[in-house]
Amino acid sequence: MAILLDHTFQIVALGSGMLGLISGVLGTFAVLRKESLLGEGVSHSALPGVVLAFLLTGVRQTEVLLLGAAATGLLAVFFITLIVKYSKLKFDSALALIMSVFFGFGLLLLTHAQRIPTASQAGLSRFIYGQAAALLGRDIHLLLWVSGGILLLVFLFWKEFKVFSFDPEYARVIGIPTVRIHVLLSLLIVTAIIVGLQTVGVVLMSSMLIAPAVAARQWTNRLGTMTLLAALFGIISGVVGTFLSSTLERMPTGPAIVVIATSIALISLLVSPNRGILQGLLKRSRLRKEGI
Amino acid sequence: MALEIQIIAVFIAVACAVLGVFLVLRRMSMMSDSITHTILLGIVLAFWVTRDLGSPLLIVGASLMGVLTVWLTETLAKTKRIAADSAIGLVFPLLFSVAIIIISRHMGHLHLHTDTVLLGELAFAPFDRLIINGVDFGARFLYTSGVMLAINLLFVSVFYKELKLVSFDPTLATVLGFSVHLLHYGLMTLVSLTTVVAFEAVGAILVVAFMVGPAAAAYLLTKKLLWMLLLSAGIGALSAILGFQVAIHFDVSIAGSMASVIGAIFMLVFIFSPSEGLISSLIKKNQRKKAFSERLRQLHLSKYPAENQLKSKKIPSKA
Repeated sequence: MAILLDHTFQIVALGSGMLGLISGVLGTFAVLRKESLLGEGVSHSALPGVVLAFLLTGVRQTEVLLLGAAATGLLAVFFITLIVKYSKLKFDSALALIMSVFFGFGLLLLTHAQRIPTASQAGLSRFIYGQAAALLGRDIHLLLWVSGGILLLVFLFWKEFKVFSFDPEYARVIGIPTVRIHVLLSLLIVTAIIVGLQTVGVVLMSSMLIAPAVAARQWTNRLGTMTLLAALFGIISGVVGTFLSSTLERMPTGPAIVVIATSIALISLLVSPNRGILQGLLKRSRLRKEGI
Repeated sequence: MALEIQIIAVFIAVACAVLGVFLVLRRMSMMSDSITHTILLGIVLAFWVTRDLGSPLLIVGASLMGVLTVWLTETLAKTKRIAADSAIGLVFPLLFSVAIIIISRHMGHLHLHTDTVLLGELAFAPFDRLIINGVDFGARFLYTSGVMLAINLLFVSVFYKELKLVSFDPTLATVLGFSVHLLHYGLMTLVSLTTVVAFEAVGAILVVAFMVGPAAAAYLLTKKLLWMLLLSAGIGALSAILGFQVAIHFDVSIAGSMASVIGAIFMLVFIFSPSEGLISSLIKKNQRKKAFSERLRQLHLSKYPAENQLKSKKIPSKA
């Protein structure tokens, strides 16, 4: 248990826990709006931004690269929204298309960047796979500030987000600026994904948005409770995943966190008291017996 | 050598584009993204059994894992406890994570890098030759991708009628006695198989661009399935050719450049398509708005003829 006092472990666990917290909170809205795969899309679309930021500025500072990632992530969301609004293509096709094309373009830029002699590829490829163990005190500071901002905004716009998530038409009728609320929510989700990239990586970030929210949904029908539960599940996944990866040999952090988060979701799906699959089976067999 | 790469790229692009039509129509685009991730676990597990990176069992394992992914996702969604998109987002990160954990814990010494799976590199394809009795028959990949293309084209042309029915009206297809499930899983098996074949060259993530991009562009250009298939294949081939030229010219990743060309073509179609494009839909919207306000005005005039005569004598009105 000495590991719990280890400074590196504490920093990484704090970072992963914070990430679990904000992705749990924002994932709640994404899952309810059936746009949960947006995380997958945005995280892939961040690649060209990271490389472009590097190519344009020539520095490898985390903040600069993250800014680039956020810019193309948002651009991707904008394109997806535009395509869904003005064509007969559905959200999933638009998402798959924009995401893979952005990633392809990022790859094109990346191969170009690697030809520049000063470019050390290490800093860039870290964004694709994430590397929680490499989190530094400075990164944690950034993460804390960003998380605080996100939580504050969610708290302030709670009512708007709530109405918008369940009934966007009604929201517009009662005078909530839905377009602006949509932009704000997307902005928050993109920000959370981008800061999560360096911890769990592009491929696994989508799970951080979805799994805690899905798990929380099974235990309650109230948005407030669901958000708190999702945040809690997110924190647990982050901290336990980090713990596993620092105690077990050669256990990568990102995948460990994802496995924990998904396990919580699957267990919740099975055994939750009101919506659980087991509960449903029991009820069915009881009804069948009564019928006979 | 360049010609070989070019032909391989066209084969793969067309093989993907043809299947992509049905993914777009059946709203399963993100399922292909999911499959591209989970085949890694199939490859890893098959490798664990065979201990041979060249074994054909790897392809079998990967394809089976693709089908398993579809089945798991749909079983989860069928419980009605979670939405279809959340089910996708729950299943594939888990399987992918398990694959990465297995790789880093048990296969750290191997050159089974996630980079190669996710990114791929077409430029290396011609180095792997098919040599029988000392005679060089060209790149091995030329044959693999050619066979894949042939299988896909055969599947689509043989089951054209069934696929059409299942894509547009699955309920009617069931009532008429077609096995929707069989076709569905047949299609998904081919999607997995194509992904496995293609990822070696273009990387798993870009397979999604090859499948969804041309089909989505074709979808905005026509309402006929046959035309959509032909257009999709054409756009796929065109992107492969243009993308390769761009890649050679700028000395960048071939697959990345092809995906970018697909994106550019889609954007052009999205903006300028005569029936479904951004411009035409904005014009239509404007026309509808004008027509509506005109009708509203007429209605108003017909209801209040007296007022109308007093206030607006200039406007001719039927009332």
